[in-house]
Amino acid sequence: MRYAMAVDTLKCVGCTDCVVACQTENDVPMGHCRDWIVEKTTGTYPQLQLEIRSERCNHCANAPCVRTCPTEASHYAAGGIVLVEESECIGCKACITSCPYDARFIHPEGYVDKCTFCVQRVEKGQKPACVSVCPTHAMIFGDLDDPNSSISKAMATRKWKSLIPEAGTDPKVFYLI
Amino acid sequence: MSNTMNRRDFIKIASIGAGGVAFATPLFDFSKGEILAPDVIPGMYAKRTPTYCEICFWKCAGWVHTNDKGNIWKVTGHEDDPHSNGRLCPRGTGGVGMYNDEDRLKTPLIRTGERGNQTFREASWDEAFTYIADGLKKIAAEHGPECVALFSHGSGGHYFGDLIKAYGSSNIAAPSYAQCRGPREVGFIATYGEGVESPERVDIRDTRCLVLIGSHFGENMHNGPVQEIAQATEKGATIITVDPRFSTVASKSKFWLPIKPATDMALLLAWIHVLIYEDLYDKEYIEKYAFGFEELKAHVAQMTPEWAYGITTIKPEVIRQTAREMANASPRVIVHPGRHVTWYGDDTQRLRTVAMLNALLGSWGRRGGYYYPEQVDFKSYPHPPFPTPKRTWKDAYPGKFKLAGLALASGICDATVPTTERDCSFKGWIVNGTNLIHTLPNQANTLKAIQALELMVVIDTMPMEITGYADVILPECTYLERYDDIRVSKHREPTIALRMPAAKPKWNTKPAWWMAKGIADKMDLGHYFPWKNIEEKLEWELKQVGTSLEEMQRIGVKKYKRQFDDLYPMQNLEDFEFNTNTGKIELFSTAMEDEGYDPLPNYTAHEEPPDGYYRLIYGRAPMHTFSRTANNPNLTDLMDENSVWVNPKIAKEWGLKNDQYLWLENQDGIVSKTPIKVRVTERIRFDSVYMVHGFGHTNNKLSRAYGKGASDADLITRVHVDPVMGGTGMRGNFVTFRFKAGEEVSS
Repeated sequence: MRYAMAVDTLKCVGCTDCVVACQTENDVPMGHCRDWIVEKTTGTYPQLQLEIRSERCNHCANAPCVRTCPTEASHYAAGGIVLVEESECIGCKACITSCPYDARFIHPEGYVDKCTFCVQRVEKGQKPACVSVCPTHAMIFGDLDDPNSSISKAMATRKWKSLIPEAGTDPKVFYLI
Repeated sequence: MSNTMNRRDFIKIASIGAGGVAFATPLFDFSKGEILAPDVIPGMYAKRTPTYCEICFWKCAGWVHTNDKGNIWKVTGHEDDPHSNGRLCPRGTGGVGMYNDEDRLKTPLIRTGERGNQTFREASWDEAFTYIADGLKKIAAEHGPECVALFSHGSGGHYFGDLIKAYGSSNIAAPSYAQCRGPREVGFIATYGEGVESPERVDIRDTRCLVLIGSHFGENMHNGPVQEIAQATEKGATIITVDPRFSTVASKSKFWLPIKPATDMALLLAWIHVLIYEDLYDKEYIEKYAFGFEELKAHVAQMTPEWAYGITTIKPEVIRQTAREMANASPRVIVHPGRHVTWYGDDTQRLRTVAMLNALLGSWGRRGGYYYPEQVDFKSYPHPPFPTPKRTWKDAYPGKFKLAGLALASGICDATVPTTERDCSFKGWIVNGTNLIHTLPNQANTLKAIQALELMVVIDTMPMEITGYADVILPECTYLERYDDIRVSKHREPTIALRMPAAKPKWNTKPAWWMAKGIADKMDLGHYFPWKNIEEKLEWELKQVGTSLEEMQRIGVKKYKRQFDDLYPMQNLEDFEFNTNTGKIELFSTAMEDEGYDPLPNYTAHEEPPDGYYRLIYGRAPMHTFSRTANNPNLTDLMDENSVWVNPKIAKEWGLKNDQYLWLENQDGIVSKTPIKVRVTERIRFDSVYMVHGFGHTNNKLSRAYGKGASDADLITRVHVDPVMGGTGMRGNFVTFRFKAGEEVSS
């Protein structure tokens, strides 16, 4: 089992529904977010391109945060989901510094917080909250080890990229382009 | 040039205190039908109750999830709802913020100081109702009840509408008509005998070519069309976007036509020229259904793409190529009518041209074009007939706006300013859920009207600019805390949806139905509200359509089978009689001709910005609705201020830098009340600037929204009124940059 997410940049309109759904689902404190929108414009008027991405923790298979965590609070859970055990986290921020994706923040209660792929939902067979609300169905979540999963099929048939591949983190969030 | 909004920008808003409530991790979720609302299971996520969203007019049906402490946890879409298809937009998902907003109006208030000074005292409901009833009785006795008007947006308006109809006035105006979609309805009615309506009857999911003229879906987060555009593009549909700005949907389009603002009519007429003179139009369809084709053909003979190029800056070959693209997709093509179309004052004519283009492409009444929606035959709880008013708002405008189908909010506002030309002006306003200061153009005129009133009542959930001017403020509970009328939806298939309270109203807030009925009782008009409470009213109404309140509390949305027309009644050139004078699709409009308006549309050149000025274009952000969500804690967390988009060439001329604050000043010397941040971007033409509407609040009771960003409404002083139906064209202002504040303006 290898959980992964693909964000279809051709469908994403950057509406931020994923952001607010995550915030309400997971009670993320105001002023913080576990997922966010990046809009990148290239070209000059009138020859322009715009890429819109919903970004979050990449749940890397070779995760710098897990390697740098001195207390093993950051760890791999079932299916490769990268999680932080709140009670073990000492708030040292080593993981925040090491993450090339800027995906982590200090929760007001003192521990490090980030996207969990909504593990509490995934364990029950549901999709992460962001995926379940997306009005344009721009996000796909599933198991890369299952060749029949919709994410495996999308990865096999669509052009895709991941972010900062040169960091060697083996990310599990992909962008269909 | 690269322009990136990163995570840091996104989260830099300081933590703004506990807006929400603490939740335990859910033990499990309820799949559909597993747990029947409103049952409660102790110790768990206790229940879900049905609602339909009130954050915008799309009214998506959804479920409100509450925990065992009675706190609202989240709102999700209803699977059976054709408006949401189980998925809400960010505003609906963030709807819980409206409920949790600690700045809400909390108790009835009566003004104690000058109008607009924001000095109020708390009052009991009984005292507030007595004040209103006395004021209304006095106006009726001295001027007649027709001198009272209701301005309304949202569900509660129906009850206040019944109240003033019972009182003797039919002046019920929604800014959604004369400030928004009115010209579209009139333009389509003149052509097809019926309007586009809401939700728009566009069959986007099955279209092969979608043409958007200024519509910026994705930023304009109308849930249904945004979802269907994604479906259509996945199936290979082409999008053609006409917009001076590289909008989100422009970035998803095969063709982006960065048109010179105010010239859309020339492009539309040139497209018609190409379709006719290149023989690309649907001949069988036009022959069968249309009236006035030869007149139209002669009319557009000289309106070539070369003619339009000089006006629009869109190259002739692009105009031809896009027209052919539409024709190739015909009849599965939609030249979308848009929604907020009050731009330049010739809007009815422009929307008629859009209607005619669709006719030439054979898309009206066809799959992938425009469908025929249907709603269930729904009867309201019976009440005695309302009295017939002696006068209406139209009497203030003899011989004008002859095709206006609904009351004009702007027209009533103008007719409130006392003048020697009228023997009676409006004396009383009831304002339900619409912040007229930001909604109507020409604020100075709106304030003049307000100061002339004898009575102004405002019903809202939030303190807004408009509440500052009220004599009495009635605090409404949010949609998550109340029952409302059944949502009777006109769509591909008929549905009804229930809104019920998911939590008790916070503070001393009440639903609109309770307020209107209470005021009616004070005025001896209680017999017009013959039900004991809203549950009794809904129970009777639901029984007439074969269901019950108990069933609706459980299922939320009920679907019905279509009874009448086919969804696509012109699919195979079936006989059809249109509701026009000729019974045909009127390319040549006999109704317009009869009333003295151009029966065939013409291009009119509009004023252009002088040197150093840029046309002010405004639009939407996906996480906000008008000015009403600007203080919602969840939605403010996503976007808390707007910015002014400036082309890099212009930024260089003025020495403007990203994130620099400045003020905007229009050609009448009006300066924005608040400063606005600069966004230098290639995504806008050099002759225009763009900003999202709804920011720049000046009511300091809005702790998050106060002073954040600027208001385009401050700057809209040149109003181009549509002679056909009175729509207020609001794209006629030009702005320049100013590096210090204007003179102190009282809010």
